[in-house]
Amino acid sequence: MADEIRVEVARYRPDKDREPGWQEYDVPLRTDWTVLDALNHVKNEVDSTLAFRWSCRMGICGSCGMNVQGEPRLSCATFLTDYAPGPVRVEPLANFPVVRDLVVDIDDFLEKLPRVKPWIIRDEEKSVDDGEYLQSPEELEAYQQFSMCINCMLCYAACPVYGLDPDFVGPAAIALAERYDLDSRDQGARQRLDVLIEAEGVYGCTFVGECTRVCPKHVDPAGAIQRYKLKAAQESVKAFLLPRAFR
Amino acid sequence: MKFRIEPFVWLAFSGGGVLAALFMPVLAFLFALAFPLGWIDPPSHDHLDAIVSNPLTFLVLFGLFVVMLVHAAHRFRYTLYDGLQIKHRVLVGTLCYGAVLVGAFACLQFLGGATQ
Ligand code: SF4
Ligand code: FES
Repeated sequence: MADEIRVEVARYRPDKDREPGWQEYDVPLRTDWTVLDALNHVKNEVDSTLAFRWSCRMGICGSCGMNVQGEPRLSCATFLTDYAPGPVRVEPLANFPVVRDLVVDIDDFLEKLPRVKPWIIRDEEKSVDDGEYLQSPEELEAYQQFSMCINCMLCYAACPVYGLDPDFVGPAAIALAERYDLDSRDQGARQRLDVLIEAEGVYGCTFVGECTRVCPKHVDPAGAIQRYKLKAAQESVKAFLLPRAFR
Repeated sequence: MKFRIEPFVWLAFSGGGVLAALFMPVLAFLFALAFPLGWIDPPSHDHLDAIVSNPLTFLVLFGLFVVMLVHAAHRFRYTLYDGLQIKHRVLVGTLCYGAVLVGAFACLQFLGGATQ
């Protein structure tokens, strides 16, 4: 195996560059090195001006998402050897405005997330003296898959609908809505439905399925969206077509 | 609950998808291949005529064709809108779903003609 691999990194420094460009770096090709290790090597040894986000280095914090060879990936979980002999292209996550180099502006996602009310909603809160809300293992299992989301936004970078129509509320937000709807302690399904039944909600999705394919946590946002469409349709039929007695 | 048209369109779309996947291959196989090529003896005209003129068959066939048309229109709408980037939401929607109305009317005519 060659002992180096070329990494082509998208650069954009708004204070200097009029538009984004490419810069090439040759980095050691080690079997245990990820794309993030390569970037850190560049930052520490070659070019300290390179900007990118990361934190945990173990696929948990969700901050190191980048487009690697055109595909949204967690750079800390993507091994250089998979791209040998190279070169490997590293770009900022698609569909988001670029702040600098590999750092994207995530304000749009952060504005959308609270819209679906991803927290437990109760008609009436129990007092602390009444004790905790208990849950059986089966009840936990019902929503567990959708709770694995780390907000890495790879699904937004992969979603062509979000790319074309930035108003679309997007895969992870809908998967999170489903996560709370399926939680036995939650009573907020109706409130979320009112948000997601809008044009920019679940029906914006055309079921391309890329979100599920790229999700590093196997959340299956596309599945969540399909379930939500069916739920919204069932509720609509109940509310507007069935006679009152059958609702 | 808020009234929105999308859930109903989507229901017709996905229902149409399921029905199209189930019935289209069977119908196409029988009427486009098996009968014309003589793989299977076709039923007599009178027999088919009797089946189609039954009001229940009429309803089933009409329903089947309409939801399949909705399915096709819905897909085509997104092909135009997202795929070909024709960003005239209202125009594209009117054309696609308008075609369903025309198609439904044509179905009514043909099936109605058969049930006379
Ligand atoms: S659903 Fe998957 S891809 Fe999307 S933000 Fe969550 S973990 Fe990332
Ligand atoms: S650095 Fe935390 S997920 Fe990659």
